[in-house]
This record gives sequence, structure tokens and C-alpha cells, in this order.
Amino acid sequence: MESTVTYDSELNLKATELRLGLPGRDEYEKQTPPIVRSNKRASSDSAEESRLKSNSSVSDAGNGDRETAPAAKAQVVGWPPIRSYRKNNFQPKKTESESVGIYVKVSMDGAPYLRKIDLKVYQGYPELLKALETMFKFTIEREGYNGSEFAPTYEDKDGDWMLVGDVPWDMFISSCKRLRIMKGSEARGLGCSV
Amino acid sequence: MAFSFPEEVLEHIFSFVHSDKDRNAVSLVCKSWYEIERCCRRRIFVGNCYAVSPRIVVRRFPEILSLSLKGKPHFADFDLVPEGWGGYVHPWIEVMAEAYPWLEELRLKRMVVTDETLELISRSFKNFKVLILSSCEGFSTDGLAAIAANCRNLRELDLGESEVDDLSGHWLSHFPESCTSLESLNIAYLGLEVNFSALERLVGRCTNLRTLRLNRAVPLDKLSNLLRQAPQLVDLGTGAYSAELHPEVYSKLAATFTCCKKIKSLSGFWDAVPAYLPALYSICSGLTSLNLSYATIQSPDLIKLVSQCHNLQRLWVLDHIEDIGLHAIAASCKYLQELRVFPSDLYGEEPDVFLTEQGLVSVSEGCPNLHSVLYFCRQMSNAALFTIARNRPNMTRFRLCILEPHAPDYLTLKPLDAGFGAIVEQCKYLRRLSLSGLLTDHVFKYIGTHAKRLEMLSVAFAGDSDLGLHHVLSGCTSLRKLEIRDCPFGDKALLANAAKLETMRSLWMSSCSVSFGACKLLGQKMPRLNVEVIDEGGHPESRPDDSPVEKLYIYRTVAGPRFDMPDFVWTMDEESALRLS
Repeated sequence: MESTVTYDSELNLKATELRLGLPGRDEYEKQTPPIVRSNKRASSDSAEESRLKSNSSVSDAGNGDRETAPAAKAQVVGWPPIRSYRKNNFQPKKTESESVGIYVKVSMDGAPYLRKIDLKVYQGYPELLKALETMFKFTIEREGYNGSEFAPTYEDKDGDWMLVGDVPWDMFISSCKRLRIMKGSEARGLGCSV
Repeated sequence: MAFSFPEEVLEHIFSFVHSDKDRNAVSLVCKSWYEIERCCRRRIFVGNCYAVSPRIVVRRFPEILSLSLKGKPHFADFDLVPEGWGGYVHPWIEVMAEAYPWLEELRLKRMVVTDETLELISRSFKNFKVLILSSCEGFSTDGLAAIAANCRNLRELDLGESEVDDLSGHWLSHFPESCTSLESLNIAYLGLEVNFSALERLVGRCTNLRTLRLNRAVPLDKLSNLLRQAPQLVDLGTGAYSAELHPEVYSKLAATFTCCKKIKSLSGFWDAVPAYLPALYSICSGLTSLNLSYATIQSPDLIKLVSQCHNLQRLWVLDHIEDIGLHAIAASCKYLQELRVFPSDLYGEEPDVFLTEQGLVSVSEGCPNLHSVLYFCRQMSNAALFTIARNRPNMTRFRLCILEPHAPDYLTLKPLDAGFGAIVEQCKYLRRLSLSGLLTDHVFKYIGTHAKRLEMLSVAFAGDSDLGLHHVLSGCTSLRKLEIRDCPFGDKALLANAAKLETMRSLWMSSCSVSFGACKLLGQKMPRLNVEVIDEGGHPESRPDDSPVEKLYIYRTVAGPRFDMPDFVWTMDEESALRLS
């Protein structure tokens, strides 16, 4: 992801532009506002959902715009009350892995605090990046990482540090051990598949 | 009073008084007893590390040998407390290193411990013996290496469920060959393989080793060799309990267990293979504690094992045990005191495990000493709760988790208020209660009216209005810890019961309806409380005063507001209120 590609109304470089996600997917343009499922939102969203079921009238939690929940059963943060070790290390019998969360630590250069997120909660890279931007209050340029100050990177199963977005989403979530938002200058040296 | 016994006599008498409550009572009798007591107190328990500062502790108690500290709120176990919230132990260790060079024991729970901290501990306390880190984080195996290398008299190293950054399995080799003092080693939740030969040698030379809990990375075929070095073990946590089916491996294991006649407690059993369970049969009758909660074995095999454990007092198991298994336990384990049943399939729509409320009812009938329950299930009825309450008025801890929030009584479709009401009414010694299912304000009325010995209450997705919270705060006279999530409780009850909060250790409320304005008011009015607002959506000042805060953590303190907060936590007090307005 090294070249800086800009939209040029005459040349229509869209067809050859480098962007995140699998080729052929237009979801980047058409995406609905991403569902940010960090600690702050999930519980009030799903609580809202559950409250609707039980007909108890309750004042809105008032957390900005209401976002639509994904089609699959909404995961409520911290429910059921099971400790992380049991949640993360327990392999269910079913082969479909929807039931187990993939919690990874996220650090950002310059920020003293680590966060933890559940990769399972995001549908793809755009959502993940948006969530990271919101969590750490910075912006990533989509067309390439050169323009921005920060680049999201991750450590994979082999211990190598890669740029986020290089591999298909499913491969990424199964190999990502932790995330680090690096300063752009450092990230430029990272190997990538392009 | 001034002409009472000489100091030495009083000190001697006080040395028989052990519990914190009693020692605190002694110190309140008169000034001279306060002075004598504070000098001879040896153990301190601080339930909230921010309730007091290390300097205050050191000033009052000059000669402490054992310190227990707890950091983050309990809901941190379920990822409800954002990372970076706090709970740093380093400042405590720095002060202790100077004040208590002879400190022997440190027990930390839900605290942030760094490698630097561990190194400081290993260098500062010459007679350090016991290190217990429950659900801690922030350190790596490098820190453990420092402990192993420098603590010459280490007796206990227990990593609990702490999150350890696994850099290398070689930390264990840092125990010098001269170290023979280890009595207890718990590394059950470490991810990486440890250096096995170092482990074997360590186990071999520590002849007083009573507790050994291995991690999943230790394979079954190595367990026999290890056990043969330690036939005196009382508490064993196996590693992975699976191997290919080899008769030699099996018979060696079975023979080894017959030599371990002292084992009373068993745990581990990751990836357990049923075929190897019979190797344990020879020690079943001696077991008092069995943790099978990581074993995905089906009920027939579980039943065969557990029904031989006639002396079992504590059982932790997955819902694979099913009702049929619990019926068997009710029949065989007559001394059972504590039962925990964990869910195996968290989000599946159609569970293929047949565990219902009947299993719990059965155990409540068959086990007269049952007093502590943690039960995850998918359905419950008021009728079942009535029966359990009637059967077990000696219940002290009752934690029920019906997986679906707001689930009603599955028979009548009514709320479960009456059922939980029966529990608090009949079980007069109930100290801990966790609620779940469909619940209205009524259940809180029952709790406030009857639960007079209740010390800890956990509430989720329950109640209709502030009245619910008011019943609890005004009625539960022994309440120390209250944690609430996703309930429609707001300002009124909180403000009306502000004084109550000073009698409690802490209150946690998340995804409720407490407004920022109320938090500010509470912080202003109650200087001996820290009212912490946690909000990752930005400073609540940027929103109207009546908008609800994300999370709220209130605790009593003599240390004033803390200064190690991240940028998403604010303490509401007079100063900050003036600054913000």
C-alpha cells in the first residue's frame, strides 16, 4: 500500500485504485455508517433491543444516533458474565466460530493506555478502522497510509508486524494477535503484499 | 482503664485476635488499645486500593507482614471496565519497600502489576514468601523470572487467572538449584509452555510442595513423571488431559495416581478425553474439590467419575453435566457445599445440552450442606426457586444466571420476582446474590425487606424505576458492594440515599439512567466519596446535564480523589465541579 492514489475526475482511477477489502467489493462506497461496537455502545444498543422485547418503558440512553444492529444475534458486552479466559480459550463443539470472541489488545504510539477490542464484532476493515479512529481519536486516510500520521498495524501468528488491510478479512482475524497504531513514518518500512 | 494490664500482656492477648473485624473493634476501645493494636497488627486487607493511600496505611501500621489489595471493580472481569482505568500497584510497592522490608506476603486481585513492580518486589523484601496474583495484568514472564531468581524463601507463587505476557518459558529456570522452599505453584492460566525439565527438577527438590497447578501446555504423558516426584501433593491441576489411547500411558497414569493418596483437590482437565478418566478412580473417594469446568466431557462419563466422589465438597462443572448428572450428584455427593455450573455454548440458539432448573432443584434437595451456588442455565421458574429456597435455608451465596436477559418464568411467563423473593426471605444468612431473568421493582422490595445480611448484590437488566434502587439502598443494612448494569435506575434513588454510600465499599452502575448533573451534585455533597464518571464518548460536560453517563463508580475513601486516571474517567468533587461549571 505504498502509492498515493487520488480521485481524478478525468482519469477514473477508481478501477485500479488500491483500497482495503477484497477486490470487486464496492462496500467501501456503499457502506452504511459503521457499527461501532466498543464498550460504550454495545450494552446500550442491545439493552435497548432487549427492553423492546419486554415492554418496559425506559428512557433512551441518549447515546447519539441509534445504529442498526447486525443481522446475527447481538452480542452484549460482558454478558453472560463469564471471565475472559473462559470465553477466549474455550473452543465450542460447533465449527462455526460466531460464538467465541476474538479479543486483541490495541495500543497506539504516544497513548499511554491500551484498549481491547473483539474483532468478531466487525464485519470488515472499514468498520474496524472507523472504530479505531473513534477509540483513539485520530484519522486514517483510506487510499493509502502515506498521507496520514498514523497507520494501523498488527502482529500475526508468526510474530511479524503487518499493515492492517493486506490480507482478506477472515485471514486477518484468525491470525491477528494484537494491534498497534504506529506513527506513519515507522509503518512505511513494513513489508506488505502489494 | 489506664491501670489495666501491661502492654505486653495486651499484645499477647491481641495476638489471638485474627479477623480484621475483631481487630478493628479492639482498636476502637480506647486510645491505648488503639496504639498497642496498631503496632502488633501483622495482616492488612484493603478491599479497594483507592479507599486509602499507602502512606496512611504505613503511618498507622508500622509492622506489617502480609498485605492484600484489590483494585478494579468486579465487573472488570466481564470487560465492562475499559483498559487503563487504574488499579496500579506500583505506588503501593514503592512505599511498602521502604516501610516494610520484612514483608512476607502479597495478595493482589484485579490490579495492574508491571515487570518493574515484580522486580522491585523481588529486590525489596528479603523474606518474601507468598505472591498471589488473581486476575492481574500488565506483567510478563520476565517479571516472573525476577521473582524466581531473587526470592530465596518463596513458598507460594500463584498466578491465578492473571493475563501474563508470555515471552519465554524459561522464566522457571530462574529458580536457583538451591531453592527448595516452594509449597505452592499455580501457573494454570499461563499460555506458553514452560521449560519442562526445569519444572521437573523444581518439583523434585521441593519436597514440601502441596499445590501444583499446571497449564494446558503440559501434556498428559508427562504428568506421570511429574507426579512421581511429588506423591505428597494435596492439590493438583493437570495440564491438558488428553493423549492418544496407549495402554502403557494409561496404566502408568493409573498406577501413579494410586500413589498420590493425599490428593484432595483436582483441576485442569483441558481437552479431557473420557478414556483417561478411569485413571483417577483410585483417588475419587478422597477428593473434596473437583474442577471439571474446562472438560467438555458428556454426562455419562461425568457421572461415572463424580458419583465415586462421595466426599466432594466443591464441584465446578460445565453444563454438559445435564440434569441427569445433577440427579446423580444429589444422590452420591452428600457433603457437597459449593456447586458451580458453567455454560458451554454461550451464543447458540439451540443448545444441545439438557440442563434445566430441575438439576439445581435436585441438588438442593439431595445435598443438605449446599450453601454456595453459581448456576448458568436457559430457563427458570418461580416454582423451582420456591423449592430451592425451602430446601436450602442455609444458602449463603446464590448466583443465578439465566442466559437470556429478561427471560420470564418459562411456565407462567411472569417475572421471577416471587421466586427470588422466596430466596431472600427463607435464606436468612444470604451474603451474596446475583439476579437474572425478567424482574420488576417488586423483587427489590423483597430484597430490601428481607435480605438483611446481604453484603454483595449484582443486578443486570432488571427493575422498572428508581424505586427498585431505593428499596435496596434503604433496606439492605449489611450491603457493601452493589453492581448494576442496564437497569432503569436514575438520579432520585441515588441522591436520596447518598449517605448510604458511605457505609458501603462501592457502587457500580453502567448503562443506567444516572445523569451527569446528579453525579456532579453527589460529588459536591459527599466529600468522603469518590464519584467517578467513566465515559468513552468524550467529556460529559459537552452534553446537557441531564444526559446519562455511561458508567459510574462510587466508592468511599479517606484518600481523596485519585490522580492516576485516564482521560475517560473524571472524579466529581467540589473542585472539579467549580472548574467545569
